[in-house]
This record gives sequence, structure tokens and C-alpha cells, in this order.
Amino acid sequence: MSNYVLAQDFNSEEPIRAGFGRGLKIAGDNNANVVALCADLTESIHMHVFKEAHPDRFIQVGISEQNLITVSSGLARAGKIPFAGSYAAFNPGRNWEQIKTTVCINDQPVKIVGCHSGINVGPDGATHQMLEDIALMRCLPNMTVIAPGDSIEAEKATIAAANSEKPCYLRLARIKTPIFSSIESPFKIGEAYILKEGTDVTLVGTGTMTSQLLIASKILYDNYGISAEVVHVPTIKPLDEDTIIGSVQKTGRVVTSEEAQIIGGLGSAVAEILCEKIPMPMLRLGINDRFGESGEPLELLDYFGLTGEKMALKIQEFVKKVPKYQKGF
Amino acid sequence: MQGGVRTVDELKKIATDIRKDIVSMLEAAGSGHSAGSLDLADIFTVLYFHSMKYDPKKPNWEERDVLFLSNGHTVPAQYAAMARAGYFPLEELKTLRKFGSRLQGHPERTKLPGLESTSGPLGCGLGQAAGFAYDIQYFEKQVHRFSYVIMGDGELDEGNIWESALFAGKYKLGHLIAFVDRNDIQLDGNTEDIMPLGDLVGKWQSFGWHVQEINGNNVKEIIEAIDLAKAIADKPCVIIARTIPGKGVDFMEYDYKWHGISPDEKQKNEALEDLDKECA
Repeated sequence: MSNYVLAQDFNSEEPIRAGFGRGLKIAGDNNANVVALCADLTESIHMHVFKEAHPDRFIQVGISEQNLITVSSGLARAGKIPFAGSYAAFNPGRNWEQIKTTVCINDQPVKIVGCHSGINVGPDGATHQMLEDIALMRCLPNMTVIAPGDSIEAEKATIAAANSEKPCYLRLARIKTPIFSSIESPFKIGEAYILKEGTDVTLVGTGTMTSQLLIASKILYDNYGISAEVVHVPTIKPLDEDTIIGSVQKTGRVVTSEEAQIIGGLGSAVAEILCEKIPMPMLRLGINDRFGESGEPLELLDYFGLTGEKMALKIQEFVKKVPKYQKGF
Repeated sequence: MQGGVRTVDELKKIATDIRKDIVSMLEAAGSGHSAGSLDLADIFTVLYFHSMKYDPKKPNWEERDVLFLSNGHTVPAQYAAMARAGYFPLEELKTLRKFGSRLQGHPERTKLPGLESTSGPLGCGLGQAAGFAYDIQYFEKQVHRFSYVIMGDGELDEGNIWESALFAGKYKLGHLIAFVDRNDIQLDGNTEDIMPLGDLVGKWQSFGWHVQEINGNNVKEIIEAIDLAKAIADKPCVIIARTIPGKGVDFMEYDYKWHGISPDEKQKNEALEDLDKECA
């Protein structure tokens, strides 16, 4: 049963990074050990909110993402809870080995903030559209991977990350994203949430794609009579296997969606557990083994088939073509 | 909390004991890095038996000085110094690099209390030591506490080092004391052939650091350099320690081929004889 409290209306939108900015300030208000480091992108990733509230606990490191992580690791050893922020293309794109060695093997509670993930970065083009970060972070022991679905959830996720004793990766986005959650909605690291119940197919989304799946689920019902269950997975690692398996046992089909490479991303994570525990007809939506390119955010999402409308088309084809899972499949 | 006041001769004797430990450990392990471990024995001796403040019974003591080993492959020297300082029994040294040992081939903080970090991949230690020094200076505002880091010279090829050098210079990290083990070798050959480092003194100075150049195999010079570095409050300090790779073992000295290998039993015995002679 879904007891998730959805937003009253689905009309307001805000960048996910804005919720991070508010959450970081609150985490800083709550705990004097929270410090923030940024590699020359302070306002862009909304760290200025923390900087203005806690100027003594903000550290500018310049354009040096490897240094960003190693300094953060040293601060964590000294008892601080460092939030290390930049664009995801560079953090963790540039500094993965420092993250592996000085944060993960070293097991320090550094919070890696990768903003501007996904193709919605838009005109900046492929170099700045980070699509590989979920794969890069998910394979690291000790690492928690969180991709909030909207700005309200991002605020909660940031506070939860600050309270976690483990290394965390927060995957954030630039684009204004529809707000589906509310102040009352639950958020706990490691939990997935059934946003909407259905019987014909389970749609599993993370980050910016969850709101698009909600749009798709309405189109699927209105236009094709397909009843889709929407599962939101803000924590990609550790993955809430029980919620996902429980849902697909009911619907018999699964679709995953992410604004990331489908190789190694959320779709892979879901496929890994389902292949072992309950093999299931599956469709993975995302970026399929290619780089992005310049364009307007919505233009790109449409081109790559990641709007609610485009996904609904693919999902209805999949549902029509592929029979439901039955025991013995 | 460190081992008390010792004479230079007593410290030299400890350094030789550490070198013997290193040779024996590496032979028992059957792999590991001989040259750098041996040449750093004097610096580790001074740090653990003269200059650093710590308590082996309370490895996370909040007033301790901290030491980040950036060139983690030289950790046999640190393990030997730590064992002799009372962190763990000397007997455990022979487990180096063995399955189940706390003494991993490259140091891991979560395995062995007393290690401040995990290292091996080069270039990462200076940033961590700088982060800790930042905490000492700006957050905890502790006056008599220092963050040390040891780097190799070949390691200075890494970009991360210079990012962190800029950072430490900008924030005038007066509690940061760095060593560069200037032994002139790296795995493939001599540093000036592989990737010339040129004017190291000038390089560090231009990044805003106080620079000293010393004989890194001379205990007295190491002590004096640390004392001076502690007295400089408005800049990070780097001590470029000129060392002889493989120091103390005749057939290893100055030969870059000993960077990444360990002695066999015959070579170990020969090395121990050399070290006994040095001691006599």
C-alpha cells in the first residue's frame, strides 16, 4: 500500500539544487561540525546559502577537485562533516580515485555533492553532462548514493546525509523539476517509495525522472488504459530491494528510468537484484551508451526520449509486446 | 606523550633498529619497497621519538599531532617506528603484507589504530594534512598542535600535490609541516630523467611556503628543521630532506632498482650485517 504523501498539486517546480542549498544551511544550523567546500561554483550549486549563514565554515578551494576531496578527507579525520561540492562532471568525474582511496577505503563521512548531473545541463554540451556518475559511485564499497527526486526531497536528503556516518554521494540537477513530494512525505536513506499504485507495470525512477514517470503513468492510463505503479528510488545504494521486488511481484513487468547511462546505473542496479531473485520482463530507459550534446534542456530530454510523453509511448509498446511475468518465467 | 627526551646518539640507534626491522619485514613479506622505507628511517625516528606528541594507548587523543604518509609504499618504516613506539608488539611486524594482517601492503587507517589515513595512490596526502591543519588553525584554534605529511619526490609529479600546495599557501597553514623525501629516484629511474623536478626550493617558495633543505639522514638536522618549522606560524613549511635511497645497506644505496623490491634471505643477512657495522 502506498501511504506516500504527494504534493497537493503538481504545478510548482524548482531546481533540485535549490533544496540542497536550504538543506545544507539547516544541517549547518543543527551541527557546528558541518563544513562546506566548493571548487569555484558556489552560487551555481547553491552553496552560497550556507556560506552566507556560516561564513567561517565555508572553504573555497578553487578549481581543484582532487584537492577538494583530499582536503575534505583530512577535515573529516579532524571530526568535521565536510560537504564537497562541484559539478558532477568533475566531482566525481575528475577525482574518483581520491574518493575511492581517501574517502571510501578510508571510511570518512565526506559528502560528495555532484550538481548539474544529467543531460538537462543543456547548452554546455557533452563534457558537462554527467551521465556516468551513478555507475562510478555505486560500485564503491562504503558509499551511499542518493539522487533526490525534487527540491523538497533534496532538502531532506541533505540533512539525512549530514547525519549519516558514511560517505555519501548527492546527485543534483540544474533544471527546474516538478515538485511531487511534500513536507510530510517520508525520506530515509535506503528507502524507496511507492508514489502511485498500479497493476500492469512497475515504473522505477530516480532523480529528475521520477516526476516524468508520474506524468507518463497518467498518460498510460488515460490513453492506453494501462495501470502503472510508480516507485521512486531516491537512494540508489543501498537499494531498497524489498519495495522493488514487492512491487514487481504484483505487476509482473518493470521499467526503469534515469537521466544517466543505463550501463551501470539505476537500471543495472534493479536488473542485478531481479535477475538473481525474480527474473522479470524489463525495459531500461536512460542514455544508452552515447554522450549528450548541446541543446535546450527540454529539447534534449525529448530527443533522448526521457519526457513523460516520450516514455509513455515506449512503455505502452513494451507492455503490449511483453507478457507479464508468471512463475516459471 | 612521545618517547621522552633522547640524545642524538640514542635516536641514531633507534633509526638503525628501524632499518633492521624494515629489512627483516620486507624479506619475510617477499615483496615491498626497500629504498624509500630505508631512507625515511631517520625522519620517522625523529617524528615518533622526539618531535610528535601522541599517546599509543589513545590513538585518537584530541591533542595529538597527526602524521599523514602520502607515499604509502614506504609504510614499513612507519610500522616499525609505531611498533617501537608502543602501538603494537614488534612481533606483529613480520605479518606485513600477509593475509589477515593489520599491516597492509599500503597503510589502511581502518585496519590499524594510530594511522591517520589510507594511502598508496600517490599525491593524496598533502591535501589531507592541509585539511587537518586547516581544522587546527581555523576551527579548533589549537596553538600547539601540528599536522605532518611525508611525500616522496617522484610523487611531486602528481597534480594533486600542487593543487594542495596552492591551498595551503593561500590559507597560510602554519600548523602544516611537510617533508619531501628527496632521494632522487622513482620506480622507472632517476627523478631528473623521468620527469625533472628542477628548482624545488623555488617552486615551493613561489607557492607561499617556507622552505628548508636539509640532510634527511641526519637526525640533528631533522630535529632543528622541525623546531624551526614549528616556530613559523604564518606559512606552511616544507622540509626538503635529501636522503640516500636504500640508506644503510651498501648494495641498495643510490640504486633506483631497489625502489619497488624486497631482499631475499641472503640479501637480508648481508643487509643486517651492513646495518650492524653502521651501529658499531
